[in-house]
Amino acid sequence: MKKANISENKRFDIVNRFVLLLIAVIIVVPIWNIVACSFSSGKSLAEGGFIFWPKEFSFENYKAVMNDNSIWKAYVISVSKTVIGVVTHVFFCSMVAYGLSKKNLMGRKLYTSMGIITLFFSGGMIPTYLLMRQLHLTNRFMIYIIPALFSYYDVVILMNFFRQIPVSLEESAKIDGAGVWKIFLRIIIPLSKPALATIALFNGVYQWNDFMTAKLYITDKALYPVQMKLYEIIVQQSVKNISVGSVVMNTTSKGIQLATIVITTVPILIAYPLLQKHFVSGMMLGAVKE
Amino acid sequence: MSKKKLGFLNRLKKQAGLQSMVIPGVIFMIIFCFMPIYGLSIAFKNYTVVDTMSTAKWVGFDNFLIAFKDKLFWKSVINTLGISFLKLLIGFPIPIILSIMIYEIKDGPFKRIMQTISYLPHFLSWIVLGGMMISWMSTTGMFNEILLSLGVISEPRNILLDADKYWMVAVLSDVWKEAGWGTILYLAAMAGIDTTYYEAAEIDGASRMKQILHITLPLLKTIISLNFILTVSGLLKSNLDQTLVLMNSQNRGKAEVIDSYVYRMGITQGDFSYAAAVGLGVSIVSVILLLTANYFTSKVNEESVL
Repeated sequence: MKKANISENKRFDIVNRFVLLLIAVIIVVPIWNIVACSFSSGKSLAEGGFIFWPKEFSFENYKAVMNDNSIWKAYVISVSKTVIGVVTHVFFCSMVAYGLSKKNLMGRKLYTSMGIITLFFSGGMIPTYLLMRQLHLTNRFMIYIIPALFSYYDVVILMNFFRQIPVSLEESAKIDGAGVWKIFLRIIIPLSKPALATIALFNGVYQWNDFMTAKLYITDKALYPVQMKLYEIIVQQSVKNISVGSVVMNTTSKGIQLATIVITTVPILIAYPLLQKHFVSGMMLGAVKE
Repeated sequence: MSKKKLGFLNRLKKQAGLQSMVIPGVIFMIIFCFMPIYGLSIAFKNYTVVDTMSTAKWVGFDNFLIAFKDKLFWKSVINTLGISFLKLLIGFPIPIILSIMIYEIKDGPFKRIMQTISYLPHFLSWIVLGGMMISWMSTTGMFNEILLSLGVISEPRNILLDADKYWMVAVLSDVWKEAGWGTILYLAAMAGIDTTYYEAAEIDGASRMKQILHITLPLLKTIISLNFILTVSGLLKSNLDQTLVLMNSQNRGKAEVIDSYVYRMGITQGDFSYAAAVGLGVSIVSVILLLTANYFTSKVNEESVL
């Protein structure tokens, strides 16, 4: 009886592992394929016929991308929007969250109910678009920063974290004559690094990957972030692709497209090991957000 | 009365520091969240590129009536629902199965590697993934290469130009991207399961499959129904990023979803009132869906999840 059970257990384990390995292959191979293609010469890209390793190894796609000034400019925009966006978002949200975490705050009920309303209702794409236009935020770099300053989800998470900080720490500072701002900046912020890091990382991924903001509000190409630049390259490519009757591809532009994809994704891959530490708490952010 | 007021002002003065932290957030919410909600009133107006908010004329429910008669609008509704139902059918159970499979691995390193790999696609933007898909599905791309060598097809074809396959392409790419990430929620719930249940079952001679069916799944019931409610209430939600990258002139008939229709009518064509009306109507139906789904699952679960 027991023996049968053990062998059945083993069978379960083998099948389970085999299927999981298959899933891992389904995820990894296509991504690897893109990397392999991006290092292929235009000729071998046009011929196809390889999946894992380029037939003809070449840097020509990357050289072409690096010679294109507009991609570097877009990269600078992306980096600035991510860095400035994350710093201001984290500071703004934690400031509001610290204030709201105080039970004796006057108007607290009103403020939190307003926040909860923002979680469930929004004006949607069109009224928001019209508002941004009225505020003259279109075609300004600030469109990436100002509307992304605040998120009530992040405020709730920070508020819960701040509440766990022992009150005694704040009280002794108060006796020494420190005001709320000083306590917030000198005591609360340094003690909340893990929570701030989670929010910063996920907000950073959002800022880096966000393309809708540019698509909706930016027509000035000098302000395009990398994602929007990539979108432009891809759409142009697919337009060409169709007009030629879907058989021939403009190989250099395909190569450039693939190299840009890889370059666009590298920062995410660098941040990925850092992100992993924050997955579970980050999931709570993502689960509510979506 | 005046004494009370003085007390109020004094108290306010005392917490001026705290208020100065919160007020910017409140102002933000008023401008960026409540103003657009107020702005939805244009759905009942005739607001076009030449108007301002105050000069636009009230037209009542005209915009909604126009949408009801608009074939393109209904087409986008059908595409949205079709893709969403397929996503529900395929994309909902897969994270549950995958998380149980990962939970059943008992050794650390393999488990960690599996998690690292399966979460990764979530962090790719839709633009990046869309670009990758265009490459995979092109005539010289990986998909055709594999299908040709397996003998499934004899001629390479660009799958993205085939409108009839678009729904499946949209659903499967979404599953590929998000299924791994979707397991986190279930894995977090499973981490809280008391392992003595399994030990007891083992002694009773229950097989691993039986343990999954009779211990793991029942304990996940609440989180599964919560997730189900959220998914059902999102049936009318569509993925604008995905649509904008993958849609082309060949597959538009099957790819146009409500969000991309609102985008096209409102942002591209400047018919703000009509687009806002479509958006508002869809969010109202979504709220109704949410409440209905919650009602039914609460019947089944005997407790309301929301």
